[in-house]
Amino acid sequence: MANDLAFESSRQPSPLLEWATRHRVALASLFLLVFPLVMPFKALAIMILIYGLYALGFNLLFGYLGLLSFGHSALFGAGAYLCGIAIVHFGWPWYLAIGLGLVAGMAVALVIGALAIRTRGIYFAMVTMALSQCVYYLFYQAVDLTGGENGLRGVNLKLVNIAGFEVDFLNPLSRYYIVCGFVIAALWVLSRILASPFGAVIEAVRENEARARASGYDVTLVRLLTFVLSGAFCGLAGALLALHLSTVPIETMHYETSGLAVMMCLLGGMGTFFGPFIGAAIFLLLENLVSVWTSHWQLFVGLAFMACVLFFPRGIWGTVMDRMRA
Amino acid sequence: MQPVAQDQSVIMRTEGVGKTFGSFVALKDITAEFRHGAITSIIGPNGAGKSTYFNVLSGAFAPSTGKILFEGRDVTGMAQHKFAHLGIAKSFQITNVFPLLTTHENIRVSLQALVSRFDIFRPRTRLSELDDEAEALLERVGLAGQRHRLAGSLAHGEQRALEVGMALASHPRLLLLDEPTAGMSPEETRTMMDLIVRLAQERTVILVEHKMKLVMGISDRLLVLHHGELLAEGTPDDIRRNELVKRVYLGQREH
Ligand SMILES: Nc1ncnc2c1ncn2[C@@H]1O[C@H](COP(=O)(O)OP(=O)(O)OP(=O)(O)O)[C@@H](O)[C@H]1O
Ligand SMILES: [Mg+2]
Repeated sequence: MANDLAFESSRQPSPLLEWATRHRVALASLFLLVFPLVMPFKALAIMILIYGLYALGFNLLFGYLGLLSFGHSALFGAGAYLCGIAIVHFGWPWYLAIGLGLVAGMAVALVIGALAIRTRGIYFAMVTMALSQCVYYLFYQAVDLTGGENGLRGVNLKLVNIAGFEVDFLNPLSRYYIVCGFVIAALWVLSRILASPFGAVIEAVRENEARARASGYDVTLVRLLTFVLSGAFCGLAGALLALHLSTVPIETMHYETSGLAVMMCLLGGMGTFFGPFIGAAIFLLLENLVSVWTSHWQLFVGLAFMACVLFFPRGIWGTVMDRMRA
Repeated sequence: MQPVAQDQSVIMRTEGVGKTFGSFVALKDITAEFRHGAITSIIGPNGAGKSTYFNVLSGAFAPSTGKILFEGRDVTGMAQHKFAHLGIAKSFQITNVFPLLTTHENIRVSLQALVSRFDIFRPRTRLSELDDEAEALLERVGLAGQRHRLAGSLAHGEQRALEVGMALASHPRLLLLDEPTAGMSPEETRTMMDLIVRLAQERTVILVEHKMKLVMGISDRLLVLHHGELLAEGTPDDIRRNELVKRVYLGQREH
């Protein structure tokens, strides 16, 4: 963090950046609305939306509050499974199932958060990872509900009824825009949170916990609330994933998925509004393009990740924002 | 919460306060009173236990033994963040600001702690009265020209002044300052001492300092700690004449 000071010692508001910040939701939405028109692979574009949203939820905790969790796959996975289970086993309408996924993300976040929130730094990362593994195991064992090792199959959604209009969910482009609607709503909510008085508290706790406490903030509660809010975004992303894939692979809850959020966030730029989507896009595009011509794609993506962290320590989007500020 | 026979002239009292770290006794059985409206300085050589006592007084940690009473109310073991709401504020021995927030935001977020902590959805700009208040506080501590600077990029003395400003944000009746002039130039030190004297006109101040000379002139009362024990207590004149104190400070020539 300290070397950030080299970038800017004063924050004289730059007019362009101020304008962009004020309209960040509109600008981000515009980008996401145009994105599938320039992107040949629609299914991949949807994955970028979903993982971008997942990384965005993670970023609220990691980038804005400064807490590194290695357990976010449990929030994402819980959202996916609960949404899927509601549809497959209980025949819930899709919108309620999505709502359930969101709430599931928050609920798991509340439990993991309540147990882990008093630990710091690497201990917090380890405890959240261990707890997420417990959640993984629970879902793995509940074969009747979750399909266990095989994953949950048959989360089928063909037609979506929006305000009286039947929309074909099997059509990739219309599916993209349905998912995009949720993502834009999430971006708007996140923007409200960041601009709220509580948003200022989040930053203060990240900057200096002891001072925040002395100023009268209950740091533990601030952390827990932020964790739960993060869970809402990740749960929603999980639910959308279940609908998009029509299945919930058990890997959704795997700790590798937790690592994915960290990578996407760092690639895009932690603590930036749109960075998580940039990170998700770069990661998934690389993964897809490289895996076409070599089965060792993980090696190349890993190298690209290291190069990125070395040359753009503030992430791609973070670097762009710094340039705009200068 | 229980009503305690209360002497109005005493704002804070510690009864038999002790603090151990493992087997190390940092503070031993300190019973003392702090008078309302006064400047009381806690002095003593390095490692005497001043900061430990300060941390107990400011709620950073609970004492291992004994009780702390603020305005007659038992506040022993109360969580740190509640102290600000009670009317007790502090600045740290080692500067503690929000480095990547601007000077103005530092004060603003401290002010906000009293009015809005968990408001997650309405815009912050709704609390625009805080901006004006922050502006006034910046002026108060002499940082009005630095409002857009990041706190982490301020000079050391300015950061200390900022921290005092943040402490003032909670409108404390009791202001606790741990070596507010640590690492400051003589010039900055003078400015800070002037500021403290001015602030003390409206509130009680407890000051920790190891440079005895610095606080003799401005203190109403002094507590002298040595090896975790209360060595002496009294007016500056009492302390100046005290043989024990002389012996402790002997040989370590003051700045
Ligand atoms: N958290 C801690 N754990 C263990 N020992 C501690 C801790 N804090 C302080 N001590 C020890 O307690 C003793 C008193 O420390 P304290 O910081 O209160 O001294 P001080 O009077 O403030 O000194 P200074 O003038 O250097 O600030 C020291 O010997 C110190 O090493
Ligand atoms: Mg000290």
